[in-house]
Amino acid sequence: MARQTNRLGSGGRIDRSRPLRFRFNGRDYGGYEGDTLASALLANGVRLVNRSFKLHRPRGIIGCGAEEPNAILQLGSGAGTLPNQRATQVSLYDGLEARSTRGWPSLRFDASSVNDLFGRVFSAGFYYKTFMFPQRWWDYYEAFIRRSAGLGVAPDRPDPDRYEHRNAHCDVLVVGAGPAGLMAALAAARSGARVILADQQREPGGSLVGSDLPIGGRPADEWIAAVVDELREFDDVRVLTHSIVFGYHDHNFVTIAQECGGDMRERLWRVRARQVVLAQGAFERPLAFCNNDRPGVMLASAVSAYIKRYAVCPGRRAVVFTNNDSAYQCALDLAHAGATVGALVDSRGSVSSELTDRVEAVGIPVLHGHIVTDVRGRLSVGGVRVARWNGDTDARADNSIDIRCDLLAVSGGWNPAVHLHSQAGGAIAWDERRHCFVPAESRQANRSAGSGNGRWSLADCLRDGRDAGVAAARSCGFDAAEPELPVVEERDETPLQPLWRVPAARDPDSCPKQFLDFQNDTCVADVRLAVREGYRNVEHVKRYTALGFGTDQGKLGNITGMAVLAETLGAPVASVGTTTFRPPFTPVSFGVCAGEGVGELYDPVRKTAIHEWHVSAGAAFENVGQWHRPWYFPRAGEDLNSAVARECLATRRSIGILDASTLGKIDVQGRDAVAFLERIYPHKVGRMAVGRCAYGLMLGEDGMVMDDGVMTRLGDRRYYLTTTTGGAARVLAWLESWLQTEWPDLEVYLTSLTDQLSTISVAGPNSRRLLEKLGCSIDLSREQFPFMSMRQADLAGLPVQLFRVSFSGELAFEINVDSAHALALWQTLMDAGREFEITPYGTETMHVLRAEKGFVIVGQDTDGSVTPIDLGLERMLAKDKDFLGKRSLARPDCVREGRKQLVGLLSADGRTVLREGAQLIEEPGAAHPVPMIGHVTSSYMSDCLGHPIALALVAGGRSRHGETIHASLGAGSIATVTIVPPVFYDPQNERQHD
Amino acid sequence: MKYSALSLLRNALSHNRNWPEAWRSPKPKKKYDALVIGGGGHGLATAYYLARDHGMKDVAVLEKGWIGGGNTGRNTTIVRSNYLWTEAALLYEKSMQLWEGLSQDLNYNVMFSQRGVYNLGHTLQDMRDIERRVSANRLNGIDAEVVTAVQLKKNIPQLNTSPTSRYPILGASLQRRAGVARHDAVAWGFARAADRLGVDIIQQCEVTGIRRDGDGIIGVDTTRGAIDADRVGVVVAGHASVLASMAGIRLPIQSHPLQAFVSEPLKPVLDTVVMSNAVHGYISQSDKGELVIGAGIDAYNGYAQRGSFPTIEHAMQAIIELFPIFSRVRMLRMWGGIVDVAPDACPIISKTPVNGLYFNCGWGTGGFKATPGSGWVFAHTIANDEPHELNRAFDLQRFESGALIDEHGAAAVAH
Repeated sequence: MARQTNRLGSGGRIDRSRPLRFRFNGRDYGGYEGDTLASALLANGVRLVNRSFKLHRPRGIIGCGAEEPNAILQLGSGAGTLPNQRATQVSLYDGLEARSTRGWPSLRFDASSVNDLFGRVFSAGFYYKTFMFPQRWWDYYEAFIRRSAGLGVAPDRPDPDRYEHRNAHCDVLVVGAGPAGLMAALAAARSGARVILADQQREPGGSLVGSDLPIGGRPADEWIAAVVDELREFDDVRVLTHSIVFGYHDHNFVTIAQECGGDMRERLWRVRARQVVLAQGAFERPLAFCNNDRPGVMLASAVSAYIKRYAVCPGRRAVVFTNNDSAYQCALDLAHAGATVGALVDSRGSVSSELTDRVEAVGIPVLHGHIVTDVRGRLSVGGVRVARWNGDTDARADNSIDIRCDLLAVSGGWNPAVHLHSQAGGAIAWDERRHCFVPAESRQANRSAGSGNGRWSLADCLRDGRDAGVAAARSCGFDAAEPELPVVEERDETPLQPLWRVPAARDPDSCPKQFLDFQNDTCVADVRLAVREGYRNVEHVKRYTALGFGTDQGKLGNITGMAVLAETLGAPVASVGTTTFRPPFTPVSFGVCAGEGVGELYDPVRKTAIHEWHVSAGAAFENVGQWHRPWYFPRAGEDLNSAVARECLATRRSIGILDASTLGKIDVQGRDAVAFLERIYPHKVGRMAVGRCAYGLMLGEDGMVMDDGVMTRLGDRRYYLTTTTGGAARVLAWLESWLQTEWPDLEVYLTSLTDQLSTISVAGPNSRRLLEKLGCSIDLSREQFPFMSMRQADLAGLPVQLFRVSFSGELAFEINVDSAHALALWQTLMDAGREFEITPYGTETMHVLRAEKGFVIVGQDTDGSVTPIDLGLERMLAKDKDFLGKRSLARPDCVREGRKQLVGLLSADGRTVLREGAQLIEEPGAAHPVPMIGHVTSSYMSDCLGHPIALALVAGGRSRHGETIHASLGAGSIATVTIVPPVFYDPQNERQHD
Repeated sequence: MKYSALSLLRNALSHNRNWPEAWRSPKPKKKYDALVIGGGGHGLATAYYLARDHGMKDVAVLEKGWIGGGNTGRNTTIVRSNYLWTEAALLYEKSMQLWEGLSQDLNYNVMFSQRGVYNLGHTLQDMRDIERRVSANRLNGIDAEVVTAVQLKKNIPQLNTSPTSRYPILGASLQRRAGVARHDAVAWGFARAADRLGVDIIQQCEVTGIRRDGDGIIGVDTTRGAIDADRVGVVVAGHASVLASMAGIRLPIQSHPLQAFVSEPLKPVLDTVVMSNAVHGYISQSDKGELVIGAGIDAYNGYAQRGSFPTIEHAMQAIIELFPIFSRVRMLRMWGGIVDVAPDACPIISKTPVNGLYFNCGWGTGGFKATPGSGWVFAHTIANDEPHELNRAFDLQRFESGALIDEHGAAAVAH
């Protein structure tokens, strides 16, 4: 195993007592608990970690957090593999395996790096201009493009881990636990507010972690620990670490992905906060000089973080290049860590002497008024070219000197992380003094604080955080006092010098590449090309050049890119603006967004109270809506067809029994129940006598059939409705929406009884005898209990509602019973029915029986374009009242001749069972497009009738009985069919009325 | 300058300094023969076909933001023509045929990739509907086939075809000629081609009023001044009803947010398009390697281009149901667009009660695939003041007559 050559002898927030082993590209390395994968790789002197997307340029680690574009690695293998992991955000664990996803045959010798030689051809948008000739070759071109693209590899097996969702409410959510966030949380917590503090790092502290800056007279680490300890004392304060706030949605709804460890991999917090304090900090930005992507060019703040947090010094001989004060600390940190700093190159002509003196005091030469123009080395930084510069961005950098180094720490200034503020709808503004975008007006209940608000000094951040925390708590009505601010050292600041594209020895179009988006290989020349070609809006530039489309989402280079765009256009950055900041703040797994709602819990199965009986009887099941319903009950050796044939014949001859519990059931009562239902149903609801049932059609506002069922009058002001199984929830919501939004003056109460009651249907000529045998408290005779009526009764000792309704065309009873007793009643019926050979049947037999009678199934025989008249049900439409859909039915198209109408079809050969869905045509062999006159909606073999039957919608069908047409069966084959009335069985309805 | 491999090479030699503008950015003139309001794919295509096929070159496209920035740049790029009803199927098939030569026609590679679209069936009723739609497609001369679950397992091995899943996949329809295209390129390609024929593309020009003289249109007011024209085509998707109210017309359009998202780029793992109605989700993989996923529509009305997170959660759950291997993949970006939905989920490409004012809207969740066809028939309608046979059925009158083209039953959640 390699030695950790870059690991410092002491310091850092790592646990040296817990060494870890890991593997990268097949080699074994060591690290410590507390490392990230990136810090461990750097500790081991690993420079080259991947290749870029388009040009296959060698790339190393540049940042230390979410802004890292290069170190995107594949972790693990098999089902547990994780593609596209950012090494800077991966906590090291023992046995971790990582590999680069590019570079063939190897990362060091990548054959595709030849692309780099032709970099000019692969300019922005080159693919829109080629791969067009000859047209038929596109498939090959595209296959090549697809193979070249992509980063990591998706797992090839389902995810072994779990995810969960948790909801939380709080008064103040503080995003980011750096100095500003900690002060905000402290201020809010002390006021008594419920606080959630979330931070993406493994420990709170933000930029202060590992810092030796004194705060309030003690080291920063101690101050952080004291604040966090105090926060944890409060009952209503929750501190979440390893938790990335990735989405800010409407109504202060905020989503947080928390890394958990174990087989519960991640947790999604769905937080509704009254106030939000955004204190995520700022991202350091790079500078666009030639070959600024060489492994060993790093952000200055990242270099400091590796030294202080992880005790890793990424180089031995360094140069620091900056246009602002912050990188001076990096130079000091490097020197402190034992590295030689060859030079601190500062573009600014003059800088406060205090700052310069401190750096020079440790022997670092400071070159004011200089810039780094180019980098030597290919697989690793070998040196930099430094030139004098007078501040003219159009100048050429001549007379450069060469400084040997293996590390270049760069700071181009800071970009406040305005992402969440912007996601929340807030405006952002260009700050002319600080040269960055800062949060402007908020649209929701949030405020920004700290460096995310453009405050650079520690003192300012602490104050800004405290003020935001106090203000947030006060907005929630808490009497918040202002906590005392800890004393910190304050220094004079020399303003940043705006510098984006760094002048090179040649002009920006022909000089070596100056990278803006490292992952997508977007360079300064690409932005300039986009402008030249007319893609001038910032969104066009982004889309044309792919600037910001990498998995760092532009955190590293986007603002620099915008500034280069502004420079190219000769316009102020403020007028160019930014592209939209969209969720997620950093990439989040599909798994954590889905949470528990996968597999069995994707959509929990609804089962009737009798379900277990069906299972033990060997039923095959069908999904109907959310329910599992018995489809058929096969006996040994039976398939669907033979089982259904047996079930149908048994029902027609003696008794079949069906679990109809899935029907939607709605109780309607109240002073205005009649008036309400008169508006809903097309038939005369008020005229029904108590105890009578009616077929109830429900129409949409467009007059089309929406749902159907049986409705029963239970009392003067009370009705009971059934709906289709799939339509139950929709119908209830539909009724409620009318009541609540259109007719609030009506006093009507709707209650779903779907689960409360179970429904058992017994159908067949012996069904009355069966109920009588069980002992029924009422007279079941035809005279006393006629068809389409309802009675309360005791059956087999159980209170039930009995309905004389029939969906099979047979004498039938539907029995509503409390679901607690349903299984017992079913069993009782089965036992008592044995002498009648009672036969359980499922949905398929139900469909056949009703089709033989010509009863439609809404959603199968109708499709949202079918009126009651099309179904031959105009008798149900009351003339002397208004009802939903009535006016639509008067539209010209609803009354025209030739509408598709419900008919029956018989195969001419008496054998062919038509395919459901088959289109109907008049002229087989006609040229495309062949006119279609309708389609088959239902089709079955009827063993009762001895031949196949079908229902269909046919243009003008009711006046075409007896005519012959054709059904298209696909692949050119057709069947000849005859149009007949849709009722095939007992057209006089004698059996169901019996 | 014609785009080709050769021109790429030649320009590379001069450090790409000599590429011309893809389109000009002219100042608006005072008057045009025709205006197209809306610089999305449909609007730009309309202008292109007006100039190319109808000799109307004095045309301006007015765009309030940047071209292609609305639903053209926000969709999931699926192109197919396997619609149920003949009226819709023939319109989308016209579009499909234009797609098939579009890159060459525009001399701009729109990366139309005919990798097939599967519409999954999860219930017996789904399979009836698939049978019905495939049967109709074939009679209309549109390629379509029914695929069994066994074939699906073979064609898309990553797909969860387990019979024990919550909603087992029973089969699918497949249109092999269907696929995806590069959405931005469609807008830019039409813009460049239209510009070369003389069309003015005017960005950052918001229409603030529609000027009428009695029953006829005389021009529009914009943030860049008044522009006269006696023919104005409006094709602004989610904001159709806003523009209509400027002209004193009420449209039967509801605007809803519709969201989509992409994953981080992955090596090729899915080489076709999979759509599911019952398990609300659809997915393909872009040439760049990102999984492109469409969520369901948000139920509420609104003009803000953002949706609700629960809708994203549901889409994730659906995708993991269909492709359990994607659970550990990460979402990179999510966004929303505003879709204009007509009561029958079909477009309105129509004359209006105002002479010279034409509307093209109501594409709902499925407008991208229609881009060339929509522009083609809309150009015909504007040029001739008469609909083409292919869009005659898609007039505004149908909401009064009731002659709807109800694609709700046939379409997936989103197209």
